[in-house]
Amino acid sequence: MIALENVTAGYGPRTVLQGVELHVAPGEFLGILGPNGCGKTTLLRVISGVLPTSAGTSSLRGINVRHFGRRRLARTVAYLLQEFTLDLAFTVHEVVLLGRSPHLPRFGNESKRDFQIAQQAMDRADVAHLADRLFPAISGGERQRVLLAMCLAQEPEVLLLDEPTSHLDIGHQLSMLDLIARLNREAGVTVAAVFHDLNLAAEYCQRLLLMDRGRVAALGTPVEVLTPETIGSVYGVAVRVDRNPLSGKPQVVLAAGLSHSRQPLGPNPAAAPQSPLPQGS
Amino acid sequence: MMTARKNLLLFAVLLAALAAACTLAVLCGAVRVPLREMADSSIARLRAARVLLAAVTGAALSTSGVIFQAILRNPLAEPYVLGISSGAGLGEACAIVFGLHAVGAWTVPGMAFAGALGTILVVYALARTAAGGVPAQTLLLSGAIVHAVLGSLLMFLVSVAPSEDLHNVVWWLLGNLQVLDWQLLRVVALVVVVGLAMAFLLARDLNLLALGEEPAAHLGLHVERTMQVFFLLASLVTGATVAACGLIGFVGLIVPHTVRLMIGPDHRRLVPAAALSGAAFLVLADTFARTVMAPLEIPIGVITAMLGGPFFLFLLKRRTFAFRS
Repeated sequence: MIALENVTAGYGPRTVLQGVELHVAPGEFLGILGPNGCGKTTLLRVISGVLPTSAGTSSLRGINVRHFGRRRLARTVAYLLQEFTLDLAFTVHEVVLLGRSPHLPRFGNESKRDFQIAQQAMDRADVAHLADRLFPAISGGERQRVLLAMCLAQEPEVLLLDEPTSHLDIGHQLSMLDLIARLNREAGVTVAAVFHDLNLAAEYCQRLLLMDRGRVAALGTPVEVLTPETIGSVYGVAVRVDRNPLSGKPQVVLAAGLSHSRQPLGPNPAAAPQSPLPQGS
Repeated sequence: MMTARKNLLLFAVLLAALAAACTLAVLCGAVRVPLREMADSSIARLRAARVLLAAVTGAALSTSGVIFQAILRNPLAEPYVLGISSGAGLGEACAIVFGLHAVGAWTVPGMAFAGALGTILVVYALARTAAGGVPAQTLLLSGAIVHAVLGSLLMFLVSVAPSEDLHNVVWWLLGNLQVLDWQLLRVVALVVVVGLAMAFLLARDLNLLALGEEPAAHLGLHVERTMQVFFLLASLVTGATVAACGLIGFVGLIVPHTVRLMIGPDHRRLVPAAALSGAAFLVLADTFARTVMAPLEIPIGVITAMLGGPFFLFLLKRRTFAFRS
């Protein structure tokens, strides 16, 4: 579904991504991880086709994104932005309907079918009860779900999410991700999502891509990627990786005072706090 | 979302209001004309031309305000505040001082358009950050500075030009809806009608641009191209009105916000509704200006500024669009 081949991309003279290779199968749920500024958002923008590559190719369904028109691209890929502000007093329903834009005739208006699809999208994202509320007046958690509904109204095959849960409390984080996981499972939408929380990513994603300074540091199942060694070398923190007793997924365990240490912690928690601290930290 | 019936009702009401305002404006004035002589009096013809100019100008300035507020995502954007009107004024003054108006009826509005477009591009470039945003403060600041610089250039031109070229220039700087040149009125009306029709056809794109450039791109819009089209359209109609009646401020602020408050921000309704309301508003404001102290006439720009200044400050304090009944 998504294929990046030897992609280099950036902004003007600044190169952000270098030689990135990535293949995502249809229906897959991929998590993208990495330190701040490592190029996660840039990667999503390259996949979405809004940022052209300076070398290599980005393709969707085997077609180079350059050969998609903008509107066709928007019918294939939906993108949930990390930062989104809207001051205009659009209602939730109006915002979700904007997701139909790439499907509308150039000078036409929404048909009955478009209204139905927007309604379904709101039902799925659990925001139908907010339809007549003003978008600027609802809470952060509700906004994220409304924006997700707008993405769903695009009827995309690929859903790109840039930190979909970054400003949400744990209750809203879980309900948002459960919703996305259900869409992925039931509607077969391919999902690529940027995460900051390694454990949430491990919980929901089939595969993880760990990035470091614009390159792929690790790519594989959560068990393969989330090891103390790779996390230590990419993030510069010493961690332990346990298993989540509820789900059996890998769980990254942190402790205070262990930043700037690239040595993995031993399996014995009692020994952990003393040994890996570097001199003078 | 409003139904088609509600839309029809809205536009019927607005059209009726505009028609009523125009009728009132033709009937009122410094000189009393008996009603039964109205139809073929030359005073009525003069007033009708003036009403047409006021309507066209009000519609153009309001729609420009709607466009700039949407594409710059800034509630305070408006042709006058952004310095676009003074850019157009400078273009026009150049055309007059250098005698270009003798070339043809299109030259003066053409130069005013060039001045308007040049100004918005400079203001936009000054205000745009490296990240691609256009923060409200820098936009207003660069607009104010460009406005001041262009204003002083205009004053310079006025002070060195032979007086007969720019007589009545103070009048004109404050906005003057007197029709001095019927040919010009025809050109301006044509430009504005075509410009507004295009804005109406493209109004849905304003909804997307109002979300921001990045979200608009993800929803399938050619952002750069569309922004360019709207910059051109708004500059075109602003330039045309400045050429005909000088600098009239704040119409693009008062009307769009009031209309948005009543019908919401969907630009497919907002663009035509603001155009009709703006037309009615300026026709009424002009009628007030020439009757309240008759036979003295208050410059129309004085009236709109006295209404618009406090309104601007009110919006500045709120710094948001987020109100709707």
